Amino acid sequence: MTTFILKVFRGMPGKQYWEEFQFKRRFGANVISALMEIQKNPINRLGEATTPVAWESNCLEEVCGSCSMLINGRPRQACTALIEPIIEKTGSEIITVAPFTKFPLVRDLVVDRTVMFENLKKVQAWVEVDSYHEEGYGPLISPEKQEVMYSLATCMTCGCCSEACPQVNDHSPFMGPAPIGQVRLFSIHPTARVKHAERIQVMQTDAGVGSCGNAQNCVKVCPKNVPLTDAIASVGRDTTLQAIHDLFGLPERNP
Amino acid sequence: MAQKKVIVVGGGLAGLSCAMKLGSLGVSVDIVSLTKVRRSHSVCAQGGINAAFNMKDEGDSPLIHAYETIKGGDFLADQPPIVEMCLSAPRIIRLLDRMGCPFNRTVEGRLDARRFGGSLYHRTVFCGSSTGQQLLYTLDEQVRRWEAAGLVKKHENHDFLRLIRDSSGRAKGVVVMDLFNQSLQVLEADAVIMATGGLGVLFRMSTNSVICTGAANGRLFMQGMEYANGEFIQVHPTTIPGEDKMRLMSESARGEGGRIWVPGDSLKTIQTHDGRVLQCGVTGEPWYFLEELYPAYGNLVPRDICVREIMRICEMGMGVEGGSEVYLDVSHLSQEKLKKIASIIDMYEKFTGQDPRKVPMRIFPAVHYSMGGAWVDFPAQEDPDRWTRFRQMTNIPGLFNIGESDYLYHGANRLGANSLLSCIFAGLVAGSEVPRYLDTIKAERGNAKEALDIEEKEKKELLSRNGPENVFKLYEELSDLLVKNVTVTRSNSGLKETIDQILTLRERFKNIGLADRGPFYNQTYQFARQFGPMLELALVITKGALFRNESRGAHFKAEFPKRDDVNWLKTTIATYSPDGPIISYKPVDTRYVKPVLRDYSKHIKAIPDFEGLPENLVLPI
Repeated sequence: MTTFILKVFRGMPGKQYWEEFQFKRRFGANVISALMEIQKNPINRLGEATTPVAWESNCLEEVCGSCSMLINGRPRQACTALIEPIIEKTGSEIITVAPFTKFPLVRDLVVDRTVMFENLKKVQAWVEVDSYHEEGYGPLISPEKQEVMYSLATCMTCGCCSEACPQVNDHSPFMGPAPIGQVRLFSIHPTARVKHAERIQVMQTDAGVGSCGNAQNCVKVCPKNVPLTDAIASVGRDTTLQAIHDLFGLPERNP
Repeated sequence: MAQKKVIVVGGGLAGLSCAMKLGSLGVSVDIVSLTKVRRSHSVCAQGGINAAFNMKDEGDSPLIHAYETIKGGDFLADQPPIVEMCLSAPRIIRLLDRMGCPFNRTVEGRLDARRFGGSLYHRTVFCGSSTGQQLLYTLDEQVRRWEAAGLVKKHENHDFLRLIRDSSGRAKGVVVMDLFNQSLQVLEADAVIMATGGLGVLFRMSTNSVICTGAANGRLFMQGMEYANGEFIQVHPTTIPGEDKMRLMSESARGEGGRIWVPGDSLKTIQTHDGRVLQCGVTGEPWYFLEELYPAYGNLVPRDICVREIMRICEMGMGVEGGSEVYLDVSHLSQEKLKKIASIIDMYEKFTGQDPRKVPMRIFPAVHYSMGGAWVDFPAQEDPDRWTRFRQMTNIPGLFNIGESDYLYHGANRLGANSLLSCIFAGLVAGSEVPRYLDTIKAERGNAKEALDIEEKEKKELLSRNGPENVFKLYEELSDLLVKNVTVTRSNSGLKETIDQILTLRERFKNIGLADRGPFYNQTYQFARQFGPMLELALVITKGALFRNESRGAHFKAEFPKRDDVNWLKTTIATYSPDGPIISYKPVDTRYVKPVLRDYSKHIKAIPDFEGLPENLVLPI
């Protein structure tokens, strides 16, 4: 075969449908370049004129987290979804593309992931510095600690982990894995750790780490290999310790 | 201060550092961004950020950093802003360190540094090879803190359309479009800060993110904002070709010891810039041509020089398989060094299927950065009118411009790892200049209704166009044209032809028809809405290049191969007119060091003599 088919689940909320587009196979093509082709030539596989498919993208280097979508049912970034390796793996020239299902649909492949950024507010995902004046260096950090911090800090809020997580759904207030990774990140930095107890209190609610069902899908789909299950285990331990501490009315746990 | 409000357009490093600073001063900030600010193009910066700490005891200093930046920019940049930026750099890094940015560490837990292009010193601090992402996240976190405190409000997924001005011409707000439903909205304010990044997307297959179209600056240009040094466009020597974009392979690969080579050819010779003739390596063996042509800087010559040498080698037929690619080799590096550039190695592997730990990478140059941008003021501390002028302010009062979208810090060629620094520095400078500006102005509202009416009319007109042209195809033609004629080598005949063709495209643009006229997330309409101002900036770049009859930094003409300080040591200023940009010039502020010819072949560590530099310089940070 010299062509492939992109089968796109598109439309507006409540009015979604499949539409197919056919392309010539070219080395180096990815899902994004196929969607760009549709913009230049908005004709579907049946030869009918249609509207270009709407999708979100930005860096196209898998560092911004914009172009998340379901490709052959798997949550991932469209920029690294190269056509040839996918066809080779599945043996099929048909590739399905669909929007995420765990976030409100805007149009076609675009969903609104604002909730992920609201969650970062809830867990106070920042270092509380005194000022932005010249105050010298931050605390010394060993290369080992930096490595752990960096691996957690590469989370690009793309939402793949939430999409893959069975516990993130309409009936559950669970925040999903990404903010738990951030709670872990900010428990490492000595200045940020001052707020650790407050973050753990958020983790003790129904939205927090207790709602994780240990399916471990998050680490399997994370495009950046963020150690999410390690973070969940660590934050889970801290919530248990905090619960014991709360039970006996001990003074604030020393950060 | 009475509750005054400012608008920051753009949420990359410049916009966020400005918003963070303003938030901490109690100023109410509205951020407008095309995307979630955490997804801004700054995430693509890989290698690091420069600050002369002298961490490796090499005798480095902020003034050497400033000198190398001025020299790297081929002496076209005004010197006071560069000097203050380089002197402030260590403070900026220490601040980022306190804010938890996960910089790579030495054994002792201190900041580590690597080498970068155009310098002989280890001056670049870094987070693996995704430094821009980590710096952006750190600033995003701080801004979120002010957002949670109610001082910052974000309008994400909104496009800037028009500046609102009052009767005396001051910036008093913006008209924006909600990308989700295309509705227009007015945001009023007492000052507007633009931090909208570069315009790489004007060139086909650049390294830039999808949103870097330059449209915001283009729109302001059409509203009277002066645009400076547009013709200076940086091409990055090492990127991997793709069907949708060119992906950057950071200079840090060479900073950690990566080498550029092509297969040698004993029968060929090449002339060095100082007139020596070298044999092109040995047939059957790798020829590390940069190391032989520039023995002192080797693979770390500045980007403009590196790109031209790669093109020269390829034009001699010595590229990989006779084509226009060369090898970037990191396969000899130690595990420890490879770990420091792991994210770009992973990226190469993901996009090409080949492992750079085992085989050399095949790389190609691509448009990367715009040194030019909005003209902004920068009074030096010793200027008598320092405190009646405002740094980073454009020619439109109350309109500031920072980051890649301004023109200030890089002259004719930017040094690697200086962009992140200039973005944060400009953001912090604007963060302290804006409150001072707010204290000087009267409370007068701008003419929001008129601005909104113009935009509503434009929207209606654009949606009603019913011609045969497709705006994405017109874009492809424009961006191909600019790559062909307005990048590495330019000629006056090619540039003249380009202007004619842009004008033809501008006519054809009137004849487009939209394949989508719907009201929701209509990217065809949104792109068409940007294309007009993109065409205007294309004219600015091309016309500036046509007029500049010399070669300086990234601007190279074979017919004028030398730098010409007598006639061309001046800043290009473009002003809008419907008949095409009007070009004029301003003098370059070379008050501290006199221009000399750039030389990267010798091992002379720069010992700068900055004449007349104030001893009691008070840094803005």
